[in-house]
Amino acid sequence: MIVHKQENHKLVLAKITTLAGSGLLSGPPVQDRCGFTLEIRAAAAFEFLRAVKQDPALRFEYFIDVTGVDYSTYSEPKPERFAVVYIVLSPLLGIRLQVVTYLPESHPQIRSIAPIFAGAEWCEREVYDMYGIRFAGHPDLKRILMPDDFDGYPLRKDYPLKGRGERASFPVYEATHGHTRNF
Amino acid sequence: MGLNSGRSFDFSTTRLDTLVNYARSKSLWPMPFGVACCAIEMMASYMPKYDTSRFGAEVLKFSPRQSDLLIVSGRISLKMMPVLTRIWEQMPEPKWCISMGACASTGGVFNTYTLVQGVDQFIPVDAYIPGCPPRPEAFIDALMLIQEKARKGQARSHEYTHTGALSTQDEDAG
Repeated sequence: MIVHKQENHKLVLAKITTLAGSGLLSGPPVQDRCGFTLEIRAAAAFEFLRAVKQDPALRFEYFIDVTGVDYSTYSEPKPERFAVVYIVLSPLLGIRLQVVTYLPESHPQIRSIAPIFAGAEWCEREVYDMYGIRFAGHPDLKRILMPDDFDGYPLRKDYPLKGRGERASFPVYEATHGHTRNF
Repeated sequence: MGLNSGRSFDFSTTRLDTLVNYARSKSLWPMPFGVACCAIEMMASYMPKYDTSRFGAEVLKFSPRQSDLLIVSGRISLKMMPVLTRIWEQMPEPKWCISMGACASTGGVFNTYTLVQGVDQFIPVDAYIPGCPPRPEAFIDALMLIQEKARKGQARSHEYTHTGALSTQDEDAG
């Protein structure tokens, strides 16, 4: 079990505030049970994540996840419709860091962090598949869960649960022994 | 089979079809297509407590070319369905298909954009098992239903009526 030392939290808070600098979106990082959450400008996220990974005192080098959020039907106002959340962990300190960035609906694009964390490649593909958020500089940005010819982004709030007729228009099985089963 | 029990001589007569179908029903080789929690119950059915080897169906073949019973156990997504149909087409005839559980049969609770609402939209199904997941007893029930169909020479995948020269003789009348 990792012991959360208070001085570690103070160190991390000071360091990430400095590293984020003017990229901080709203207020200082928020401390919660497992670490810190900070909202950062999309343009600053790449350099910030590289900095906290390479900083010898922080070493946030354990990549956990990249995920997306669609805030279009959220109860509280948010800066933009989409959010990309990066979660990294410092095995040295036992502290997690959640980096939240907001992306506009008109141009949901952010720089890929796959060059920093190789494990982010598939996570970013999933976010692209589900939300249509594009990752610039990604080595192989294509759908990962849905079929390649799928149209639409299923986890967007305006996407209907039962789809837009993909189930009905799916190509049916043509039996090799003569007849076609068409339902 | 017309076993002449009670007679003193040591032979029996039957149609070749009947004999072949009997052999098939007692030696089903399943192709397990386990993709979700139903597969756990399917595996439990093969374990010693329920033991499908009592029915001659314990030889799980993970090659469709060596099997004659496809067991679809779990939810099938639109992306997975072409794989399943390809496996079904690769199986030699005669062949049967069990749709195990609510998801494979109807889509179950997953009435969503990505899930096939019943594999019978794409491949012919001979036996449906309700349940979420079904218990091994239900699985064995379906297996025995398939055995019954195999014994009668019924399969939805094709109308295989072997009318070989040896089978068109006297017993049809009797």
